[in-house]
Amino acid sequence: MSADAHEKLIYMANQISKFFESKPHAEGVAGIAAHINDFWEPRMRRYLFEVVDAGGAGLRPLVLEATCSIRRPTPEHA
Amino acid sequence: MKDFIIPDRDFGTPAAKSKAMVTLTIDGFDVTVPEGTSIMRAAAEIGISVPKLCATDSLDAFGSCRLCLVEIEGRNGTPASCTTPVAPGIKVHTQNAKLKQLRRGVMELYISDHPLDCLTCAANGDCELQDMAGAVGLRDVRYEAGENHFEVRNTSGEKNPNWLPKDDSNPYFAYDPAKCIVCSRCVRACEEIQGTFALTIEGRGFDSRVSFGAKTDTALTSDCVSCGACVQACPTGTLQEKSVIDIGTPDRSVITTCAYCGVGCSFKAEMRGDELVRMTPYKHGKANRGHSCVKGRFAYGYASHKDRILSPMIRDSINDPWQEVTWAEAMEFASNRMKGIIAKYGRHSVGVITSSRCTNEEAYLVQKLTRAVFQNNNTDTCARVCHSPTGYGLGQTFGTSAGTQDFDSVEQTDVVILIGANPTDGHPVFASRLKKRLRQGAKLIVIDPRRIDLVDNSAHIRAAQHLALTPGTNVAVVTALAHVIVTEGLFDEAFIRDRCDWDEFQDYAEFVSDPRHSPEATQFLTGVKADELRAAARLYAKGGNGAIYYGLGVTEHSQGSTTVIGIANLAMLTGNVGRPGVGVNPLRGQNNVQGSCDMGSFPHELPGYRHVKNDQVREVFESLWGVKIDNEPGLRIPNMLDAAVEGTFKGLYCQGEDILQSDPDTKHVAAGLAAMDCVIVHDLFLNETANYAHVFFPGSSFLEKDGTFTNAERRINRVRKVMAPRQGYADWEVTQMFAQAMGADWHYTHPSQIMDEIALLTPSFAGVSYERLEELGSVQWPCNEKAPEGTPLMHIDGFVRGKGKFIVTEYVATDEKTGPRFPLLLTTGRILSQYNVGAQTRRTENVVWHAEDVLEIHPHDAELRGVRDGQFVKLASRSGETSLRAKITDRVSPGVVYTTFHHPTTQANVITTDFSDWATNCPEYKVTAVQVSPSNGPTEWQEEYAAQAEASRRILAAE
Repeated sequence: MSADAHEKLIYMANQISKFFESKPHAEGVAGIAAHINDFWEPRMRRYLFEVVDAGGAGLRPLVLEATCSIRRPTPEHA
Repeated sequence: MKDFIIPDRDFGTPAAKSKAMVTLTIDGFDVTVPEGTSIMRAAAEIGISVPKLCATDSLDAFGSCRLCLVEIEGRNGTPASCTTPVAPGIKVHTQNAKLKQLRRGVMELYISDHPLDCLTCAANGDCELQDMAGAVGLRDVRYEAGENHFEVRNTSGEKNPNWLPKDDSNPYFAYDPAKCIVCSRCVRACEEIQGTFALTIEGRGFDSRVSFGAKTDTALTSDCVSCGACVQACPTGTLQEKSVIDIGTPDRSVITTCAYCGVGCSFKAEMRGDELVRMTPYKHGKANRGHSCVKGRFAYGYASHKDRILSPMIRDSINDPWQEVTWAEAMEFASNRMKGIIAKYGRHSVGVITSSRCTNEEAYLVQKLTRAVFQNNNTDTCARVCHSPTGYGLGQTFGTSAGTQDFDSVEQTDVVILIGANPTDGHPVFASRLKKRLRQGAKLIVIDPRRIDLVDNSAHIRAAQHLALTPGTNVAVVTALAHVIVTEGLFDEAFIRDRCDWDEFQDYAEFVSDPRHSPEATQFLTGVKADELRAAARLYAKGGNGAIYYGLGVTEHSQGSTTVIGIANLAMLTGNVGRPGVGVNPLRGQNNVQGSCDMGSFPHELPGYRHVKNDQVREVFESLWGVKIDNEPGLRIPNMLDAAVEGTFKGLYCQGEDILQSDPDTKHVAAGLAAMDCVIVHDLFLNETANYAHVFFPGSSFLEKDGTFTNAERRINRVRKVMAPRQGYADWEVTQMFAQAMGADWHYTHPSQIMDEIALLTPSFAGVSYERLEELGSVQWPCNEKAPEGTPLMHIDGFVRGKGKFIVTEYVATDEKTGPRFPLLLTTGRILSQYNVGAQTRRTENVVWHAEDVLEIHPHDAELRGVRDGQFVKLASRSGETSLRAKITDRVSPGVVYTTFHHPTTQANVITTDFSDWATNCPEYKVTAVQVSPSNGPTEWQEEYAAQAEASRRILAAE
């Protein structure tokens, strides 16, 4: 997995975060998680978790908070 | 094959709308009609055709030909029946000795100034003048041809000063003044129907002549937009399609649907044998009401263009020339490759792109191919790059991505907000309907960086407000409008309390009321003056029925989805949802982009917009299809390309879409395609994407297959086969053959069976069938038990989601920013005569209007850079550079440049970046920071690209 692809994913997650940051906190966290669960295919979520598991550098705080509610892709899909 | 011949009766004058009814007697028969109906129309209702020339039911009565005279007992004279309204109890006579004599006299005068070349006239058999001469029993013309308009020379050989030569300048129709009877139908059609006012009557009395623009103009150099309304209206051979001049009159017609834009006009394909003679707008078409534009009416020649590929082709590598093969060989080659990829890289390594140009049935089959046969959800469609934010934004706020109205709704609109759309170019037939309403007094607010024609360049129309915002600041402008509406108390509290969540509204009201959202605060950012924005907000909120129409200038931004949400907020705030004349109306680009989305083309949802995560939904499909459906969303187009570059996505079946030309960041698309092992392109032409394909399935045009298209108003229209597919198979048959080669047990024998399957699986389509469509002509979904005749207006008694949801819309500036290296903002759009990537329109005579893409630049920016009008300039962004000619104009503001993307040589998408909408990844086409500098010609990239394209299009001679 290239650093470029990780960077792109971080950028996209942060973009989603910026929309939800103007919502009430709990709604924002749930919104990010739901959005990523609904629209990000497993490969993208796997990369996201690679970033998160490596410390989450570059991700906005709300994304990091949301990750507990984001589905980890099953091995079949990863 | 001869499906339909519906006689189009002409009632002479338009239908009256009054609810009050009037009974009268015509030729001894009682007839009851709405008040305001003309006597001519009332007679036509009971089957009595009063002779007429200047009247036709698409135009208001004019009363100039004096042929439709009638007598009314107790009234003096012989009034024209077209301009005389019915009255209770009157007794009308349409035929008696006096009327016969008068009519014959009128006809005799007409014919005395008309050439008697009927046998060799292109309108022979299709001429109302001829018909009327017969109807009134004209047997003799007593007048010698003295001064006249039709003889080139008089008997002494002197030139006739009244004779004007034929104007052949328009590629599609001819104007022969010698045959003109000056009935003004063409002039009225141009005014009333099209709204261009290109035609006029010059001179008076005997000198009256129909004229395109000024005396020095021709049809081509005038304002004429070649919509064909005048040709349609002409009762003689004066304005005549060149195809009819070349071929002759048609002998049958089939009702079908145009395959260009999302307006979805109904047409009659008029045929002789299996040759298409002409396309004429169908007056009972509910989207277009008898109108058309230059593309649907005339630009169908691509279907028989020499570039069209008629044989399947394969090649091992994209560096090889193409090899023509049989369908069986192509299927074997393609399926072996795909099976090999799946065996090696797994079932998630392949996918499909459905076409928004093909039918619903075809899109449905392509997504079914990936879900049921490949067993993944890797399907996407070109809506990704256009209206995916509409799906998200309206889905969140209203509960469905659907546009709320039908096109008829505009007839009851009082204030229109038009955001990021240019209907006179992109959706011309809707534009004509809009312009008609604006001429009746409705007000227009245009929000667009560029001064589009509707701002001040359309006859008798001037926008009340033009908010010329800086590209990328839509959300700030829309939120500022909401700020004004809320802080000035202009919102509709009763509607909000009744239809929306009041608590959510209060949060939203608090958010928008913050002074940082006021127009005074945002004007420095958006470039829109505070007082103009306030005036626009007040007008929309309090000007009566307010409707918002928008296009890709809204969606194709980093915050595209947020703007759509903001638009929905505005409509809810002002109570402008759920009745005629209001609503939120996305103007969709492609003919079937609505349909392809409905059909489950997106990777996260099955047909009918139901998420693949829902077990109950999957079960319905699983039980009918007999397979297990993946519960994870699949890859979107940009993900497919990213995954291909990484090496995990290897095979693509792409039907009727040219992603290499239409998608952003061309170099990235090319790299993704080049990294795949099997790219199957299914298209009419070797498009740009085919440069990277291994298999080419030739496609069939919309004239060659049965199916349905769904237009921007959710209207499902029939597409009917008028001729056999030139390459042997309709596109749905090709997909089926490929699926069978991949092991699927599919045996559809007609698209109606596919629609039946869709209806079975999709609640909003439950009531749709080909029988129903024959019965009703067309139907707007949802169509089911609750709405057996379809749903013209959405959210009438409540939102689909229950309560309308206000969502706060924080402005987040795009990361695509200008700076010293790239100081200008590029935005892109369309023009009338070309369509999208131009694959079709470039292969028609439409190129006379637009032979190349040009860059519009403000005189100030041009001056600074030493750019002259018509000169080649280099256009560079962070992504790449290209060159094209400059056009200096103040339609764009200083700091903004604009171009179209219709021509592959320009490759405007080499310039666009990979920034995209936060929610849907719809690319940010509308904002790119660029620099412009004088140049000598094509860039190195353009030359390399052209060479690669040419090499990749080589076809080996058949063995």
